[in-house]
Amino acid sequence: MGETDITQLWVYLSTKPLTGLTITLVAYSIGFWLYQKTDRNPVCNPVVIAIALIALLLESTDTPYATYFEGAQFVHFLLGPATVALAVPLFRQMETLKRALPVIIFGVLFGSLVASVSTVVLAWILGASPETLASLAPKSVTTPVAMGIADEIGGVPALTAVCVIATGIVGATLGPMVMNLARLKDWRARGFAMGVAAHGIGTARAFQVNETAGAFSGLAMGLNTLATALTLPFLWHWFFG
Amino acid sequence: MIAAFALILVCQLFGEVISELFDLPVPGPVIGLGLLFIGLIVKRHPPKVLTDAADNLLIHFSLLFVPAGVGVVTQLDRLRGDWLPITAALIFSTLLAMVLTALLMSKLLPKPKASVSDGDAK
Repeated sequence: MGETDITQLWVYLSTKPLTGLTITLVAYSIGFWLYQKTDRNPVCNPVVIAIALIALLLESTDTPYATYFEGAQFVHFLLGPATVALAVPLFRQMETLKRALPVIIFGVLFGSLVASVSTVVLAWILGASPETLASLAPKSVTTPVAMGIADEIGGVPALTAVCVIATGIVGATLGPMVMNLARLKDWRARGFAMGVAAHGIGTARAFQVNETAGAFSGLAMGLNTLATALTLPFLWHWFFG
Repeated sequence: MIAAFALILVCQLFGEVISELFDLPVPGPVIGLGLLFIGLIVKRHPPKVLTDAADNLLIHFSLLFVPAGVGVVTQLDRLRGDWLPITAALIFSTLLAMVLTALLMSKLLPKPKASVSDGDAK
């Protein structure tokens, strides 16, 4: 087969939704395999590897993102139902919730505010454009919700997705080191902070280290999703509206 | 299993409708999460099919982030232009929020039951 034949074949295949969907699952499987091969090293995050592989493929074949997304949208669609499904692990933490509800609500609101306000202030001082500011603001919330919030306040959802995933990776890799430096030993507090600042990627990490930390992280992630989704858009419109 | 997925989708659909109808800045799926959570509290013992369906959706939660993340290819110019504020915010703000929240919670969370009884002796 000559080079033009292969090019033509790719042009044909790339317009099929099946191709985008297949590439997504194959790239993620490669990422997950590497992650397990490296003893679940947080640097080998399967999401990062999959994104890098697909981005390289799209760039090197000059395939537009929209063409890829025609297939990938089937995976993307599941983010909505998966967000709804977070109610189940949240419900499992009901006992903890009942015992320390006021403290937990206060902690989530505090963490959510520190995360978004420090992000916006720092990025603003360093000269970020308004769209970048709005895209960065919800970066500590799980991706589907963060994208929804960014869209709401004038950000770019695609940029938000990238920032959210990077936030999770920073939190999961550097977070434990910084908390060690601060001599934090309470697994509940550490897990809780991980869930507030580094959402699902941090929670996955917390579960590997300590069961209690994982449970608190999942609880904090779920509540932070609600807290930020409920407060950030109002705060944003109040300040910048 | 299908009924459980249907229930999850119904929650999301109602969430979207509520968000649209009242012009709320909260995304539909989050309202759906709230609706399902209220349902679980009312029901108390959620059926196993529902918890299984939810767990299955969440096992590979991170896979679902990939299509959106690939959107990075449409944002390369913006990333190049704003790389410093983006990098600084990603690292500094994330770690700041984490450490401050952990410090606060280690002060405020009630001591676990075991250490409360230990504390009686002092």
